[in-house]
Amino acid sequence: MKLSHIDKLESESIHIIREVASEFDNPVMLYSIGKDSSVMLHLAQKAFYPNKIPFKLMHIDTTWKFKEMINFRDETAKKYNLDLLVHINQEGLRNNINPISSGSKIHTDVMKTQSLIQALDKYKFDAAFGGARRDEEKSRAKERIFSFRDKKHRWDPKNQKPELWNLFNTNIDKDESVRVFPLSNWTEIDIWQYIYQENIPLVPLYFSKIRSVIRRNDMMIMVDDDRLKINENEKIEQKKVRFRTLGCYPLTAAVESDATTVEEIIIELLESKYSERQGRLIDNDQIGSMEKKKQEGYF
Amino acid sequence: MDIETFFQNQNNKKQLKILTCGSVDDGKSTLIGRLLFDSKNIYSDQLSQTEIESEKYGTQGKQIDLALLIDGLQAEREQGITIDVAYRYFETKKCKFIIADTPGHEEYTRNMVTGASNSDVGIILVDATKGILDQTKRHTFILSLLGIENIIVAVNKMDLINYDEKKFKDIIASFKNFAGEFNFNLQKFIPISALVGDNVFQKNKNISWYNGKSLIDELEEISLKDTLEEEIFSLPVQFVNRLSSEFRGYSGTITSGKIKVNDEVHVFSSKEKIKIIKILTPKGESDFAVKGQAVTLTLDKEVDISRGDLLCSVKNHNYFLSDQFASHIIWMNKEQMIPERNYIFKFINFQTIGKITDLVHKININSFEKIASKFLNLNEIGYAKVALNKNTIFNPYKNNKKLGSFVIIDQFNNQTVGAGVIEHELRRASNISWHQMSINKNLRSSINGQKPCVLWFTGLSGSGKSTIANIIEQKLHKLEKHTYLLDGDNVRHGLNKDLGFTNVDRVENIRRISEVSRLMVDAGLITIVSFISPFKSERKMARELVESDEFIEIYVDTSIEECEKRDPKGLYKKARSGKLKNFTGIDSNYEIPSSPEIILETKTKSAEELADEVILYLKQDNKI
Repeated sequence: MKLSHIDKLESESIHIIREVASEFDNPVMLYSIGKDSSVMLHLAQKAFYPNKIPFKLMHIDTTWKFKEMINFRDETAKKYNLDLLVHINQEGLRNNINPISSGSKIHTDVMKTQSLIQALDKYKFDAAFGGARRDEEKSRAKERIFSFRDKKHRWDPKNQKPELWNLFNTNIDKDESVRVFPLSNWTEIDIWQYIYQENIPLVPLYFSKIRSVIRRNDMMIMVDDDRLKINENEKIEQKKVRFRTLGCYPLTAAVESDATTVEEIIIELLESKYSERQGRLIDNDQIGSMEKKKQEGYF
Repeated sequence: MDIETFFQNQNNKKQLKILTCGSVDDGKSTLIGRLLFDSKNIYSDQLSQTEIESEKYGTQGKQIDLALLIDGLQAEREQGITIDVAYRYFETKKCKFIIADTPGHEEYTRNMVTGASNSDVGIILVDATKGILDQTKRHTFILSLLGIENIIVAVNKMDLINYDEKKFKDIIASFKNFAGEFNFNLQKFIPISALVGDNVFQKNKNISWYNGKSLIDELEEISLKDTLEEEIFSLPVQFVNRLSSEFRGYSGTITSGKIKVNDEVHVFSSKEKIKIIKILTPKGESDFAVKGQAVTLTLDKEVDISRGDLLCSVKNHNYFLSDQFASHIIWMNKEQMIPERNYIFKFINFQTIGKITDLVHKININSFEKIASKFLNLNEIGYAKVALNKNTIFNPYKNNKKLGSFVIIDQFNNQTVGAGVIEHELRRASNISWHQMSINKNLRSSINGQKPCVLWFTGLSGSGKSTIANIIEQKLHKLEKHTYLLDGDNVRHGLNKDLGFTNVDRVENIRRISEVSRLMVDAGLITIVSFISPFKSERKMARELVESDEFIEIYVDTSIEECEKRDPKGLYKKARSGKLKNFTGIDSNYEIPSSPEIILETKTKSAEELADEVILYLKQDNKI
């Protein structure tokens, strides 16, 4: 029997997840509700089957996620009896930091990066799983599977530990931590193929339907609640759209699409000319922006 | 196309991990950019981003610089070099490729080794205008050392030499000339131009004299074979799944062979035989599982198996359980490798403290000559003997890469400082056993009315170590205690007179003294050691040789300014004038102890008072 490409990726990820469970005292799985997180969660369940996942999940909630994401998160936690923590940066909330008037840069920094760091400090996690993949963005391509973070959670691209074979250096000092990326070697198409084959449930936002959107900065933004103020020159349109990537709704662009099933999404993807991170405003702030965010502690 | 056909095609695609290596400016990033571009694995927004960046950083004038698709980190974009390994993904109709882009700079050999450890095939790029360089030889050597059996030599920039057949053949000849001894399974030569695209995907009429395949066709045809050894079942236990009381299973990734339900296997460390009851694969419960699958097994009886153990076929195999072996070592850290220093050795499912006991030779990776050396510097490769504190299970690397490889980790800063591939077991360990004598430490020390221990004095030269140590010994003698004082300078007249003051010799100096003090503690003595002992690592080694309550580290805290002012032997003066090399505190480092048992402040108290403090400590600690 020959293992297929997907079989190999699946086993590799399970190996990584088990290695963390074996070598760290207090790991956590960062759960962002998106498709990659859903795949990662599915793999973690397989890794410890028939028993439960031996660590907590955590969602960093910016309070600006799509409503459907939050519903899906809570349903998933209930369905699988997951140990889920939700963390919100209360100080950011008090200061009214938001993606619309504060801008994407400050919002992301305070409500995602700073919030994550607060939570990691609060619960003293020594390893945090993330669903990032190397094919998403250029600076991700050079990230390790076990990526070391210092006491202040910073990433130093010039001081990465070499990662040979599948031998992972899990030795850290007190208050240091690692970010672990079990999906490093998966591509977007691999993820979708796996979702299809394994029948993994997803947030309905990935599938196309008529939704209320406005056009802003050449992107279609969904009107998810009344916090999004409509400017005079903008009008709400009903469009058949879906999302290729999920984040804070004012920062996540919808794409017009007819794809209502995983099969149709895959076919669309094969014909598509745009990569998935294009739907995220935060990457385009400046050249090398992802790299800068990662150095500050962003996932 | 319907979706099921698509998936079937996807599942029939094989996975190939390839590594591109070559020297600086050979065009690696351009080649990878070309592979992504021609296989249509670049989305248009990524391409337009690259167009923006090409204008800012590009080297191809108005044209898009394919290399910029690949170079991820900003610093390297600005410097125009790759500083790390980058992984890229593309696919063709037949194959899914994971490609490691590794740098060509000499100082970055460690990254190439990293890339090679995770690859099946190596593409060695040679710049047609420059021919074979030292770096080409180095990369070929590393590929061979890491057991890569398939290599493709891509002679790039053929467009710049007018597709000259003779020059191409000359390059092949000189490559074969030095690479003959490496015995690659497959070795192909292809003339290409990554910039223009010749012979990467498409064969090109510019090179009509070339009858072979294009690079991508050649790659797609490579089939990876398992060695005979790899057909025999082995599974290093990674995780014991007993997260609930109802279930107990053993999880890990199968590193070779296959397993069926009802198969009988060995627990390697205890040689106990067990039967496989259930196999849980990622696809659910199954009758069998194969190499590469991450599985959980349940067994017919409760046996003592933990992480670090190996489940393996009862049949013939070549695994070893030993604490010593010979291996090739690649050093990856700025701080040099020092024999006899303790490091962490991490294997597939186990880590332990160990040391490199002997560096047999190092290898000049440009000429492949063996050179005598005591230590390894960054990016150097050597052949060495390794001794571990605990037995580990392994298999020579050529038989099983997963069970024959390890990384070396610094125990203080946790950096990965080296990597190794195991060549063979060393039997010395099992032949010399420890004789249990009838009279032991407790019996010896009980007639002395004392508990043996080591008083380990550390501090700068001239800090007052020997003065205080001498007073303490006199006081203990008055109390009729049995002592011995080992003094740094005195020992260098005899036992250690062959040692100098390089880092390597300093480590050996302390190692011998640690062993001697262990014997003296065993003899029941209160052993006073007065050595500068500048490195944390060796003080830790000394501490670990005796029982945890037998080691009392005493830091004589005198500032360098004060020591230099006192300068009782005139050594600081000599060191400052350059007459004395490697002097601690001047041009050699002193690492201050982080948690010594006793700190002696010499600034405010006399030697007599400080000695009394130590005596008091010994009394309170029930040593005397």
